[in-house]
Amino acid sequence: MKRLSYLLAGGACALLLLNGCNKPSDGGGGSGGSGGTIKVGEFASLTGKEATFGASSHEGTQLAIEEINAGGGLLGKKLELLTEDDLSKAGEPATVVNKLISRDGVVAILGEVASSRSLEAAPICQQNKIPMISPSSTNPKVTETGDYIFRVCFIDPFQGTVMANFATKTLKAKKVAVFTDVKSDYSKGLAKYFKEGFAKAGGQITAELDFNGGDKDFKAQLTAIKGSSPDAVFVPAYYTDVALICIQAKQLGLNVPLFGGDGWESDQLVKIGGDAVEGNYFSTHYAPDVATDKVKSFVAAYQKRFQGKTPDAMAALGYDSAMLLADAMKRAGSTDGGKVRDALAATKDFDAVTGKITIDQKRDATKSAVILQVQGGKFKYLETVNP
Amino acid sequence: MDWFFQQLINGLALGSIYALIALGYTMVYGVLRFINFAHSDVLMLGAFAAYFIAPAAAHLFPPPSYLGALFVMVLAAGICAVIGILIELLAYRPLRDRPKLTVLITAIGVSLFIEFTCQHHAVFGASTKPFPNLLPQHDFRLAGLAVNSTDLVVPLMTVVLLAALWFIVQKTKIGTAMRAVSFNHQAAALMGVSINRVISFTFGLGSALAAIAGILYALKAPGIEPLMGVQPGLRAFIAAVLGGIGNLPGAALGGLVLGLLETFAGGMPAISNYRDGIAFAILILILLFKPAGLLGKTQVEKV
Amino acid sequence: MKRTGARRWLLLAIIAAFGVSYFSSYFNRYYVGVVIDVGINIILAVSLNLINGHTGQFSLGHAGFMAVGGYTAASITLALSKQLSSLAAVPALFLVALLAGGLMAALAGLAVGVPTLRLKGDYLAIVTLGFGEIIRVIFQNMESVGAASGLFGIPGYTNLFWAWSLAAVTVFVVASLVNSTYGRGFIAVHDDEVAASAMGINPTRYKVTAFVIGAFFSGVAGGLYAHHKTLLSPTGFDFLKSIDIVVMVILGGMGRTAGVILAAIVLTILPEFLRAFADYRMIIYSLLIIGLMMARPQGIFTFARKTVAVK
Repeated sequence: MKRLSYLLAGGACALLLLNGCNKPSDGGGGSGGSGGTIKVGEFASLTGKEATFGASSHEGTQLAIEEINAGGGLLGKKLELLTEDDLSKAGEPATVVNKLISRDGVVAILGEVASSRSLEAAPICQQNKIPMISPSSTNPKVTETGDYIFRVCFIDPFQGTVMANFATKTLKAKKVAVFTDVKSDYSKGLAKYFKEGFAKAGGQITAELDFNGGDKDFKAQLTAIKGSSPDAVFVPAYYTDVALICIQAKQLGLNVPLFGGDGWESDQLVKIGGDAVEGNYFSTHYAPDVATDKVKSFVAAYQKRFQGKTPDAMAALGYDSAMLLADAMKRAGSTDGGKVRDALAATKDFDAVTGKITIDQKRDATKSAVILQVQGGKFKYLETVNP
Repeated sequence: MDWFFQQLINGLALGSIYALIALGYTMVYGVLRFINFAHSDVLMLGAFAAYFIAPAAAHLFPPPSYLGALFVMVLAAGICAVIGILIELLAYRPLRDRPKLTVLITAIGVSLFIEFTCQHHAVFGASTKPFPNLLPQHDFRLAGLAVNSTDLVVPLMTVVLLAALWFIVQKTKIGTAMRAVSFNHQAAALMGVSINRVISFTFGLGSALAAIAGILYALKAPGIEPLMGVQPGLRAFIAAVLGGIGNLPGAALGGLVLGLLETFAGGMPAISNYRDGIAFAILILILLFKPAGLLGKTQVEKV
Repeated sequence: MKRTGARRWLLLAIIAAFGVSYFSSYFNRYYVGVVIDVGINIILAVSLNLINGHTGQFSLGHAGFMAVGGYTAASITLALSKQLSSLAAVPALFLVALLAGGLMAALAGLAVGVPTLRLKGDYLAIVTLGFGEIIRVIFQNMESVGAASGLFGIPGYTNLFWAWSLAAVTVFVVASLVNSTYGRGFIAVHDDEVAASAMGINPTRYKVTAFVIGAFFSGVAGGLYAHHKTLLSPTGFDFLKSIDIVVMVILGGMGRTAGVILAAIVLTILPEFLRAFADYRMIIYSLLIIGLMMARPQGIFTFARKTVAVK
């Protein structure tokens, strides 16, 4: 029995390997330029727990690629977007990025929203010398993987400092409680940088409590937070939990402002949270009502393409990542990995939907954050914070 | 002291919901001696049923109103009772004579099937949906504590439902039949009890309770999504074991105790991270030291 | 008789794995990656099969052991890989790390196996699920292994040779164990515990042994996984991961080593071909489980085996 199964096993895998033998790939970026199209790979969480973020970012990327192709393509060729779903699961990005690079021969990779999945794919892109641009992974470690890895968003240390300064300057809060999602590395990172920034600005943390993302009942912790009498509460988590936290805080009579980061941004925040979210603040990458031409035309194009949906920050960043890639390829005059990488690293004041992007030495984007407040059930732009 | 009473109120509300769900688990275990993994998903289906019924109900009873909420709950409970009966008919009944393991695996399969089908974008989609506010909300202060009207309604409803359940099980014919079947299958059959009918009824009743629990849960935490039943379901199962599986008052007691323990633990900064694990730790402890549960009787395994 | 034949096959398998691995740079990285995944899944499935299939202890927490092994092995390599004096030391370090991971996982298996001795069927399933969750929660909160962010930048030591030769070793050990005189005890415990203990077989010893050995190999698989994906995240070892492995065991027929191996291969390779239908994957899996239990509970890849039915 064992022998039979081993033979079958060996046979199946041999077939698989032989199949792969037909398209050998070297380390230099594959044959993505052949056949008249430039192949760009994208990996995103189109299904699974974080499907909403992945779907948004994918739509933004798709829109950008379509616009470029409509305008005649790039370097005389059309762009072909090859998207793979990583199911919001750890372990998948490694497989799909290997697939995109080795089998499909893409010249660059766009992705991902979640820092943990970006971190999984980054070493593979780095090893194969394929430039990778993450639309919205905010963990600093992503770009530290290597010099082929970039991002078009600001990083958590910046965002944390932004909110710390916002708390002291605008909210005039001297004592803040911090409520962190212990299941999310994004939340923990943001909380850490906020606490550092806030302490530097002379503030005092009255209480630090944790919850598990996906929990429905926060009253126990909120009661403890209330007992510490803060001037405001920092909740660096995702909108589903934030909405419930706001509701329950109000029920408990915790009537101080709550504020957080870009994880708050979703129209579901108001739908789920209702009145309880009114008056609270959060930082994010862009706002659809910022009055620049670039934002207005992007919003219009997106609504036309996707049945009237208003693009959120993920969509805008997905769009920007693709646009930046195209711009870098144009400047480099080629799709060669090394040249595109150099062009990306040299990016200065690139006019993106989410602001003017300059890529710094660490391959992160130096750009401004915006702070929004919930007013009348809508997100109203409050102020811009420059780095 | 304030903190203690505040947590007490929070805990009671949570515990009542666990109790309602636990009742379903324990009833099914009582008559069939197996754990219906899919019970937690009936909870979710109840919440979604209410989500879709609510706009229609809003025409008849403009929300928020108690009557409107009751209307929605009754309808949703009815739908889920039917779903529960169907699940039993299609998935468990054909396997009635098979080894327990087979049915257990099937139950897991049914649970996963419901969860992932609902996650598919053609059905409900994976993202969280806002649950409508069905009950009139009053926030008031009771001796310095913040109390929300929902926090009072939930335990009240649970008590009423428990009383109704007690009545059904103790005083009606079908209830007596349920108790007979859970005591001894074969003897009950010999006495002319239709086993199939009793089992269907049990599933229907348990599912109806789960649906109401799901709606109450969604009222407290107004974001619903296809996987929302997993955690409460697991906790409720542990509660049922805690109280003594197969024992109705035990399930209610277990639910309350677990709800309170979780709430108090959640408010203590040192342990709050481990909240997920606390329920399981309790399960392991109970099974190690008093496997029959708080109110259960030890069962001797006959050879 | 059969033992010497098996040992020869083991040696052959290891040599073959080494040979293929040597030339693996000529093959497409994607396919190589998938084949490595297959090897890892074989180890997971066969080790779970020892617990679930042969000994009849339905465990739903196998991913927890994988996590323990993975985190342990990764911590060791992350701490020591920079201090290696030469490239030749890499295999030694890797082997040590994998073994350490396996041992820690085996300890976890002991911790799970002992309290669950008196439990059966449903209870056992839920408790093992609970243990899996507890392990996940612990890792999620352990700052030394990155807590929720997990461990990344793990050196990519896993290659075809390691994955497949260790798979061969696992199959050899488990199959030989079960087919030995001692090993018949596992099946006895599975069939009827009370009768077994009446025959002088100690069910406790067998159950705990099954958990410990099963957990050991699961830990080794976890170490291989960690050094393949170069990233470990606690959410990757949740209940759904355990279910993935359980489905392989069910499909292959609980207690059939050959069937389980085939199931592991099919369930790793098939989703790659069906990536277009990825959002139907779990739905298909769940229907598969239900369908199998209704129509063919002994699994799909079961071949005729001589059994004596005594009713």
